Amino acid sequence: MNTRDSLLSVPTLVVLLCALALAAAPHAIRQPFWLTTLVISCGVWRYLIAQRAEQLPPAWLRTLLTVAVAVGIFGSFGSLFGRDAGTALLTGMTALKLLEMRRRRDVHVLIYLGYFLIATQFLYDQSIPMIFYLGACSWVLTVLLMAAHQAQPPLSPWRYSRQAASLLLQALPLMLVLFVLFPRLPGPLWRLPDDAQSAISGLSDTMSPGDITHLSQSDEVAFRVDFEGPPPPAELRYWRGPVLSSYDGRTWRQGTLPVRPAAISQQGEPVRYNVLLEPHNRRWLFSLDVPLELPPQARWGGDLLIEAMQNIHSRRSYALASSAHYRLEPQLTEALLAPYLTLPEGMHPKARALARQWRQQAQTDADIVAAASRHFKDKPFAYTLRPPSLNQDTIDEFLFKTQQGFCEHYASAFTVLMRAAGIPARVVTGYLGGEFNPLGDYLIVRQSDAHAWTEIWLQGQGWIRVDATAFIAPERVEQGLAGALSGNDNLPFLARRSEGLLKTMNLQWDALNTAWNRWVLGYDPELQQQLMDRIGLGDWRRLVAALGTAMALTLALLAAMLLIDARRQEDPLLATYARFCRKLERRGLGRELHEGPHDYAARISRLRPEIAADVTRITQLYSHLRYESATPSAVEIRQLRRQVRNFSP
Amino acid sequence: MTAIARHVGQRVSGWINRLSRRNTAPATLAYRSIYVLPTRGGLLFALLLFVLWLGAINYGNSMIFAFTFLLASLALVTILHTFRNLRGLKASVLPPEPVFVGEHATFVIQLENTDPRPRTAIGLQYARRLQALTNIPAKSRAELQLQLPAQHRGWLVAPRVRLFTIFPLGLFHAWSYLELDRRCLVYPNPDSSTAPLPAGAGSDGSRPSSKDGQDDFRELRRYRPGDSPRRIAWHVVARGHDPQTKEFAGDALTPVWLDWYQLQALATEARIARLCRWVLDAEAEQRHYGLRLPGLEIPPNQGLQHRDRCLTALALMPA
Repeated sequence: MNTRDSLLSVPTLVVLLCALALAAAPHAIRQPFWLTTLVISCGVWRYLIAQRAEQLPPAWLRTLLTVAVAVGIFGSFGSLFGRDAGTALLTGMTALKLLEMRRRRDVHVLIYLGYFLIATQFLYDQSIPMIFYLGACSWVLTVLLMAAHQAQPPLSPWRYSRQAASLLLQALPLMLVLFVLFPRLPGPLWRLPDDAQSAISGLSDTMSPGDITHLSQSDEVAFRVDFEGPPPPAELRYWRGPVLSSYDGRTWRQGTLPVRPAAISQQGEPVRYNVLLEPHNRRWLFSLDVPLELPPQARWGGDLLIEAMQNIHSRRSYALASSAHYRLEPQLTEALLAPYLTLPEGMHPKARALARQWRQQAQTDADIVAAASRHFKDKPFAYTLRPPSLNQDTIDEFLFKTQQGFCEHYASAFTVLMRAAGIPARVVTGYLGGEFNPLGDYLIVRQSDAHAWTEIWLQGQGWIRVDATAFIAPERVEQGLAGALSGNDNLPFLARRSEGLLKTMNLQWDALNTAWNRWVLGYDPELQQQLMDRIGLGDWRRLVAALGTAMALTLALLAAMLLIDARRQEDPLLATYARFCRKLERRGLGRELHEGPHDYAARISRLRPEIAADVTRITQLYSHLRYESATPSAVEIRQLRRQVRNFSP
Repeated sequence: MTAIARHVGQRVSGWINRLSRRNTAPATLAYRSIYVLPTRGGLLFALLLFVLWLGAINYGNSMIFAFTFLLASLALVTILHTFRNLRGLKASVLPPEPVFVGEHATFVIQLENTDPRPRTAIGLQYARRLQALTNIPAKSRAELQLQLPAQHRGWLVAPRVRLFTIFPLGLFHAWSYLELDRRCLVYPNPDSSTAPLPAGAGSDGSRPSSKDGQDDFRELRRYRPGDSPRRIAWHVVARGHDPQTKEFAGDALTPVWLDWYQLQALATEARIARLCRWVLDAEAEQRHYGLRLPGLEIPPNQGLQHRDRCLTALALMPA
């Protein structure tokens, strides 16, 4: 079948191909190369078919290609569902649909597929620049949809560009109403298949020497915090992550005890804050030491770690309350404390000897801690991002030979010493500090702020934080990483403490993005519920009623704008005569388009002699005013209007 | 009394017309008479939105929600635009030209757009098929044609048609019914016989040959449209005057009577067909001819108007 004469002219087809290509392009970096090649080939092929007015490929070939694409995607992704495989399948099917486009309905389907592709882009990137880009793509698709419904002859689709843009603008207010008020159902509705984990750096659930040093090279944002009151002082900005209590001589791992409810008693006002956590492919939700309650959709992990139900693969916002003055598990049995005292057999003999010595000389546990603190301060320990590697006995080598390390070395060594001295101890990993963004009034915590410290258990006092790094580099606590290291050159750009235009611009952009992330992208069922509670629409029935009312109002306003102004006729004389004709039209005596006023009057007089006199009089007056007198006076026009008003056929 | 009854009857039927939202041409499409419903494309669009909405819930993705809501709002807004595209359109129907059986009767619907905005893709639909589609620029007119096959002679009453539009996005379909209130006259089918015209009165029974008729030149008369070009006095035209037709003695002398009662051998419809053929033949030969039918007699004459009169009489013959 000849396709040239039917649906789309070649220029319009080119625009359609470009629009679809633009909508699908950002996926290309995530999809296998063969798929991108196939998609481009289909586009080019379709263009050639249209230009040379050839036949579309036969059905068997299209079926074969469809099956091939499905098999290929299954092979590349391992399934046909889920975010990655699904979008790849969608892209492939759109390309194949191009080869099938022969009827008007197919053009519709292709444009709808284009919209679908645009929506899938948001699964990967919701940033502001992407929104503008996809907005432009939607506009082009809307222009094409308009062009597909015009009367022949097919004209350039761009003549509808302004109208399409104005349609989209008119749709914006209603969209905002729906966005805010439409009830958000909590998802997911069915279990999502696991998608490919992209390489996201962050804390892991193990700690070996060098792990946290490695993290200090990244200035990516880990999370941002918005405090309700004044932020806590720097020495209290410890952000709790996974707690590691199982040690094998080199690496610390999470303990394997069942989770037990932690007894916390706290004094004073808790600090309330909201965390906006970037995705990190684990389940941990970081909290300020120590958290007092769980946010929604979360549970306790071991040792006061907060865990979400699933891996955090998208940005997440949660509110917490923490207290810095607390008593955590002051009473624990020996059986529960045993895991926090075990050390691997035969390792770290010198460290153990040192610890035993402290134990003999001390009267209380606090004395042992003081002895350890003195030991670190007196000896020439250094805090550096490039410590020599430890190959034999990590702790002994570090404590007695190299004496250079980063926070994980100090935390690990101190914890080992405490355990060897008979004090239950565990390693807590997380973050320390953060950069305050004055432009948005929130704290930015980056991967380079990652930190490890120790918690020891003292009888009657419970778990107490002791940061070994603070013994030798107290500036790390007060001023962050940049303040503790000499020279800025080993730190990534954003972690450095610099002033200047570039930094300010970066902070401004971060503030804008954060507000966008928090309030728009983070507008989930919880946030909506909070907002609706605040304005009195907490009950879903009232919310739906408010939604209906708002929608009706918006549409009514729009209808008024669109439908009313056409009525006004500028010339009062023409308006009066039009009114006269309308009255007759309502009685079935309308004026034919080719009839002049006098012919019309004559015809009406013939059909309805009883109103002939009025009709003739009005017509003559109108005709005189319109055609004969140069400028009809207001009095005369009023006279005509009065006659028409009193006229009733 | 009858005047009052007629007045009341007209008022009532006007009421009914308004209540039943029918438009009888000439009419302005008012908001009450316009229906708006989703098209199939619109339903497919709704399915797309539903799928997107489910995806947004599943992935908790705010921007997909926003996009879905944008598309939904776009669809709702286009209801207003599609409606506005049709509302206020003035339509009227020109009196149709008569046609023969087997041809197509053409009803020309004139549309006037009094808005300062153009109307795009206004369509005419009849018998569930698109008949014509047009754009109407601001403050101007356009025409749509409805072609109906003329299968029987007599009056062909124009049916009710639909004026519709799916512009701008094809998601909704706004339409209004229009009663055309016109009839087209369908002339009967001339039969295909080659029977000669009946003899004229006062002749010797044989058909005067055109050659004879042309010999006795009588006078020049003003050219009437339909006169044979062979009879035009071209030398007059060459001199720059209006065309004149030569009239010969033979014409008026032998008017031909086309008589119903002379065709006893044929059935009614066949008679009508034969008479129709004779009318056309006689007119082609520029003969004067008269028509005699039961209850009607048309004196001999010639010319297009006379031909139409005869054909009309034949078309309206009761079966």
